[in-house]
Amino acid sequence: MSRRGRLLLFALGGATLAAVLVIAERGLPSFGDYHGVYGRVVQATEPVLRRATDLVTALNFDLRAFDTVGEEFILFASVAGVALILRRMRDEDDRALASTPQEHRFTGASDALQLLTLALVPTFIALGVYVIIHGALTPGGGFQGGIVLAAGPLAMLLAGRYLALKRLAPVWALESVDAAGAMAYVLIGLGGLVFASSALQNFLPLGTPGQLLSAGTMPLSSIAVGIEVTGAFLLTWTEFLDQALIVERRH
Amino acid sequence: MTVLQAVALTLVLAGGTSVALTREPLRQVLLLGLYGGALTILFFVLQAPDVALSEIVVGPIAMPLIVLAALRKIGEQERERRASEAEDDR
Repeated sequence: MSRRGRLLLFALGGATLAAVLVIAERGLPSFGDYHGVYGRVVQATEPVLRRATDLVTALNFDLRAFDTVGEEFILFASVAGVALILRRMRDEDDRALASTPQEHRFTGASDALQLLTLALVPTFIALGVYVIIHGALTPGGGFQGGIVLAAGPLAMLLAGRYLALKRLAPVWALESVDAAGAMAYVLIGLGGLVFASSALQNFLPLGTPGQLLSAGTMPLSSIAVGIEVTGAFLLTWTEFLDQALIVERRH
Repeated sequence: MTVLQAVALTLVLAGGTSVALTREPLRQVLLLGLYGGALTILFFVLQAPDVALSEIVVGPIAMPLIVLAALRKIGEQERERRASEAEDDR
């Protein structure tokens, strides 16, 4: 198709989409003006019956806890797929690197960047852990905290210390962490089957709203998902960075 | 709509358009990261801190990093291919 034809097709499609979007937008309530029943039900039940103060976490780990199992395994399966596709092939070798992993630097990191890394790593890790364990209390939860936590070790890449990062978090450990987190969430769900009437039911004492140990199994679920997400993201990054920095085709 | 929401929406609009109009992959990845930052601001302004927390890592860090690694690998393979072709010509 000629460039002219493509542009004409795009103009037609774009104009139609824009028109439909404008019509749809006119039917939307304005920002912060929500009148649906679902929101009211969640707001009336979760803080009272489950004593959680962050309703998004309460939704994820209580009201639709089963959906979270599905989402968790979507992440697990896609990361397993990445690890499978990016495995070492028969005609590939690891690049011979001059110095030991502890000392090796990929070039390009200035002193200022290395200093920044020193500050970033602990900050990300502390923030990630905070967000994970306060999942039922304040905004955030397992997924959000998990990726912030995973970004901590990743910051070492800024300092060119990728091999040090690989020593800190080797692939086998990341795979185990990913799998353990996924399994832990399922086990918590099975705990509901054993200690309460149905799977994924909240079976722990609920405590006082706003306290760290409250909302029953929600903090535990949050930690399980946080562990899985940390492992999953670090594993994906490591697999891609291995391909870019370490693996090369045999000559 | 408040001024803050309008500013955040404008940033997202400008970011998305610039990503779509850029042809060079490396430049596009960097703009994609900035676009992720703009989305984070929008989610935060619209009182969705949970989503903003995810986006602040996924948008500016997680996705660009994967694309950057892939670009580097592709560039390396291109260079190798060209080098071997030059050898064949000799």
